[in-house]
Amino acid sequence: MARKVSTQTRIGFTIGAWVVALLLFSPILWTALTAFKTEAEAIASPPTFWPQTFTLENFSAVQERSDYVKHAINSIIVALGSTLLGLAIGIPAAWAMAFAPTKRTKDVLMWMLSTKMMPAVGVLIPIYLIFRDLRLLDTVHGLTIIMTLINLPIIIWMLYTYFKEIPVDILEAARMDGAELWNEIVHVLVPMAIPGIASTLLLNVILAWNEAFWSITLTSGRAGTLTAFISSFSSPQGLFLAKLSAASLLAIAPILLMGWFSQKQLVRGLTFGAVK
Amino acid sequence: MKLTPLFVGAFSLALAASASAQTLTIATVNNGDMIRMQGLSEAFTADTGIGLNWVVLEENTLRQNVTTDIATNGGQYDVMTIGTYEAPIWARQGWLVPLDALSGDPAYDVDDLLPAIRDGLSVDGKLYAAPFYGESSFVMYRKDLMEKAGLTMPEAPTWEFIGEAARAMTDRANDINGICLRGKAGWGENMAFLTAMSNSFGARWFDEAWQPQFNTPQWKDTLDTYLALMADAGPTGASSNGFNENLTLFQQGKCGMWIDATVAASFVTNPTDSTVADQVGFALAPDNGLGKRGNWLWAWSLAIPTSSQQQDDAAKFINWATNKAYLETVAAQDGWANVPPGTRTSLYENAEYQAAAPFAKMTLDSINSANPSQPTVDPVPYVGVQFVAIPEFAGIATNVGQLFSAALAGQMSADDALAQAQDATLRDMTRAGYIK
Repeated sequence: MARKVSTQTRIGFTIGAWVVALLLFSPILWTALTAFKTEAEAIASPPTFWPQTFTLENFSAVQERSDYVKHAINSIIVALGSTLLGLAIGIPAAWAMAFAPTKRTKDVLMWMLSTKMMPAVGVLIPIYLIFRDLRLLDTVHGLTIIMTLINLPIIIWMLYTYFKEIPVDILEAARMDGAELWNEIVHVLVPMAIPGIASTLLLNVILAWNEAFWSITLTSGRAGTLTAFISSFSSPQGLFLAKLSAASLLAIAPILLMGWFSQKQLVRGLTFGAVK
Repeated sequence: MKLTPLFVGAFSLALAASASAQTLTIATVNNGDMIRMQGLSEAFTADTGIGLNWVVLEENTLRQNVTTDIATNGGQYDVMTIGTYEAPIWARQGWLVPLDALSGDPAYDVDDLLPAIRDGLSVDGKLYAAPFYGESSFVMYRKDLMEKAGLTMPEAPTWEFIGEAARAMTDRANDINGICLRGKAGWGENMAFLTAMSNSFGARWFDEAWQPQFNTPQWKDTLDTYLALMADAGPTGASSNGFNENLTLFQQGKCGMWIDATVAASFVTNPTDSTVADQVGFALAPDNGLGKRGNWLWAWSLAIPTSSQQQDDAAKFINWATNKAYLETVAAQDGWANVPPGTRTSLYENAEYQAAAPFAKMTLDSINSANPSQPTVDPVPYVGVQFVAIPEFAGIATNVGQLFSAALAGQMSADDALAQAQDATLRDMTRAGYIK
């Protein structure tokens, strides 16, 4: 039975939700507005909220100095490539842990999660040396590999959680009907876990898209993603705030749009199994 | 289908493609002069056929990337932009190619480089990095506020005068701070300023046996003077202010004086960005009559890592970017005021440059008054004016910078900050093997 909520409470929660949402959105809004200001107005004190002189010159300056399209293509390849590769490894791994666990499964899951607890810089030198020796420095496939590896624990954990919600009886019924392991995963498990797989995919695309440390450290121009693109406009002298904002807006626009259009799927997947 | 031959084929093709490419990868810092160089470099490619792949990064990110690459012999970069801190350390490690091709080229005229800058980039008389632009630090002040306070700024002020002027110019009711100085923690932030300031107070980081010197009266004088000045005449929240924040404050007319990089002169006198552009005067960094001024010396410079596979082409590029002709190219396109300053004597003898840059003489005098080989009143075992050119310095100074920044924020006393700085530095230097 639904709980009765008073009008005042409803209004209070609505206002509260809007305030929180606006607070969370305010840095992006500020970045977007700054992108259309002149450099002088961007550093003005006190700051102006709305651009006094609306200009598009920052966007043309950004494109003039750096190749946005090249960086965007690299971002798309790395984000999608690493996510698909991660899913190809993660789905069988999560299946094994969810439906054929051993005594050590929980330990393995915890160990995988623990790898996310170490700061990336802690393994910088060994990873750099491996990349150097394998000639993977400044390559898109090298970046795709490292992105797959760093996001794999999250992929497996998310899929494992979703798979645990699927009744094992259904898989057993499929087996009794003669389904082999491959068919069981592809034709029975995956269709039932589509919301979970979709949200895992979306979340990992977002994580890979926004990853900065490895993208900046392991590339030197050719394989740089949009995070490296943004970084090239950051300056301690603070004289390029408007250009930095324009670069940031260009870099986050695709992923923001993707998140906007897929929010239903994302929320559905993230809350999958949360309420029984 | 067998995939192995496919992978091997693709891999070989990739290797062949990378081996045949005549493209230099250049790592550089994101500032106006470097971006201008990037824009002008099409002429270099047109002349030589050598392609350029630019990696432009913020200073700290650049430092992390190039250090990782050069320390692991990664070979990602053919030309690196480094500072006067890295150049001697990396040269001694054997990580940099000596620029003999430049030194031996009469057209390059290596003797035209400013002696202080050239010394800072050389080891045992060999040049390891070519300066792209150089800077020192000096006093930028508001002539109108100075006049209103009834004072006249001397060309070479003392700390006593700076203190008096700062307090006289402060007008809290109108949000005018007598002086704006760096307070943000970091070896290149507050410690660049405080180390240079301490030189003029007779202080030093280490004695000749590498013993830290924060327990000396000279360091106490330095920190007490700085904290008192900032308390009486500095902006609120100064412990968060670096170059950036102070530049904004000065441009908005909220600082009577600002002691910082000479490169800021063109920003504060540019009427597009600065509300006080026509009221700015310049003076040498202050002293205490001990023979050393509180100014630093820095040069963003181009160097070739030994891991580069294209060292000859890299040397050609460095020659193009740092020779006299480049300065003329910039002047022809953007005017003499926008020429990268602080590297060549001939630039400061150029009448057109002197006319376009009213701060030219003061910049040159500031650079010439810094001596990285003998930065302090008493002898020291290190080189570097606002830093100590040892690999451990960045970590140690960042730690000390946090203590001094905390003292500025009122979170600890000057004595506590100095005592903790002494203990921490002693511990780190002992661990690093400098103190037996």
